[in-house]
Amino acid sequence: MIRLQLKQRLADFTLDLDLTLPGRGVTAIVGPSGSGKTTLLRCIAGLERAAEARIEVNGNCWQDSERAVWLPPHQRALGYVFQEASLFPHLDVQGNLDYGRRRSRSPASDSQTAQIIKLLGIGHLLKRGTASLSGGERQRVGIARALLGSPGLLLMDEPLTALDPQRKAEILPYLERLHAELDIPLLYVSHAPDEVARLADHLVLLNNGRMQASGPLQALLPRLDLPLAHSDDARVVLEGVVSGYRSAYQLLSLRLAGDEHLHVIHGELPPGTRVRVAVQARDVSLVLEQPQHSSMLNRLPATVCAVETIADAAQVLVRLDVQGQPLLARVTRFSADQLELHPGQTLWAQIKAVALLSQAAGPPSSRFATTIAASAPDQ
Amino acid sequence: MSLPLDAADLAAIWLTLKLAALTTVLLLLVGTPLAWWLAHTRSRLKGPIGALVALPLVLPPTVIGFYLLVAMGPNGPLGALTRQLGLGTLAFSFSGLVIGSVCYSMPFVVQPIQNAFEAIGKRPLEVAATLGASPLDRFFTVALPLARPGIITASVLGFAHTLGEFGVVLMIGGNIPERTRVVSVQIFNHVEAMDYASAHWLAGGVLVCSFLILLLLNRRGRPSVMPGTRA
Repeated sequence: MIRLQLKQRLADFTLDLDLTLPGRGVTAIVGPSGSGKTTLLRCIAGLERAAEARIEVNGNCWQDSERAVWLPPHQRALGYVFQEASLFPHLDVQGNLDYGRRRSRSPASDSQTAQIIKLLGIGHLLKRGTASLSGGERQRVGIARALLGSPGLLLMDEPLTALDPQRKAEILPYLERLHAELDIPLLYVSHAPDEVARLADHLVLLNNGRMQASGPLQALLPRLDLPLAHSDDARVVLEGVVSGYRSAYQLLSLRLAGDEHLHVIHGELPPGTRVRVAVQARDVSLVLEQPQHSSMLNRLPATVCAVETIADAAQVLVRLDVQGQPLLARVTRFSADQLELHPGQTLWAQIKAVALLSQAAGPPSSRFATTIAASAPDQ
Repeated sequence: MSLPLDAADLAAIWLTLKLAALTTVLLLLVGTPLAWWLAHTRSRLKGPIGALVALPLVLPPTVIGFYLLVAMGPNGPLGALTRQLGLGTLAFSFSGLVIGSVCYSMPFVVQPIQNAFEAIGKRPLEVAATLGASPLDRFFTVALPLARPGIITASVLGFAHTLGEFGVVLMIGGNIPERTRVVSVQIFNHVEAMDYASAHWLAGGVLVCSFLILLLLNRRGRPSVMPGTRA
């Protein structure tokens, strides 16, 4: 468990937080730029010293201003991945990796080191100088360097923001693998919704130095009172279990919590594998009658929970309940009026595209890291 | 052809090299921490201390020499201290000359190193801290290696500048063979004695030597200190 209480006056606002975060898994910290995300991370790392703070990570107290406890950053068992990889230019890749490992009180063992190097796919780079690496390679080395000290907490400050989309796509699978295999908590600052949906278990929303919301990802994404649901690429994340595969159609079937099924074009996965899928609000359309002849493969019976007009007033955001699983749909206000959408109404949600994000859990050998967004095929 | 330099010239050359080498070493030892402090402090003293370090750039050497002479003299604070310690006075001694040179060449060493430290920025040091390196560890394993081009520049400039000093030496060292008579003073002696041939040999030597040092420095180029790591 991570306990964070801190108060720090900044140039134009005060960072004032009281957070309890899970002691493992990925917590994404999101919020508009200038909301205090980076400062929060820097205070946790001890790179900045909050005036009033109590920082406790899985039982270790790093700062308690009331008891005048303050550990300098080098005595905190943490790994920090900055926005730019910030590799030491006077050391080669191996030298960079060794730097943290040599100074750790509980360094990664040789086999763990080999595993981390393999996980991040940097084995062939060890002898290279840092100047010759691509942006994605640099960041992977930076992540490995942070991990090799066997930190008790990993902090990542927008590690993908400085990369172009291609490099980003190259490195995300590594982060997903990390998510699946890492036992320590990871705080991940980001403002990219797709990264958050793919990686996070827990979500913290910051605004002007204050916590707007904190909770499990699945619960926060569909909340209409939070800005996430109102963004252009608003989405919900659902968890399901692989229930079948039709190889002739390359169609993977997933059973959701409420016994409903989703179908995704994907490679075969063993039945019982837990997976995470994302459904964007703009990919969900609503019909009153059960569609009989439709090319839409995914049709789920749903109940309207709430209807809210989006800022531009031409569209509405509909929060649906599919047997306990939340879903968001964004439709035009015209359609909403035509369908007379109102809370309590039962209807059908048609889903145009489901993105299979990653496997939620499973033995390491079976873990993989491909991500395929698939539109449902024509029937 | 006999060697154009006599024993006194060779002694002066040897003394000059000894002085420049010792001064450079001392300056690196004193100047590096000072440059570090100037690069990182938020103290109000940063401005005044920085200006003090830079003074020799603009002051006539005789002014520096004069005040150092007064300070080192029997009634000066430095002189009182050295006499207390049983060292006698430093004026007109090699030690006094070293102290004078250190003051005189200070900006040529401190400023390049300070610039190098400032160019590194905070980030590499923060990275090292999060990887478990203590402040001293960070200084030796990150700051110094990254500031290396600046430190090399500083050493060369400090050495070359000490080779060429004259006014300060004359004021506090005088003209004592094998103790304070350096090349620049010896050249002055030759000229005074109308021995232009000897003056030419020494002066030409200093000229060529200084030129080569600066050429070497420029050929090394100024590799950017930390590509891509400034926040």
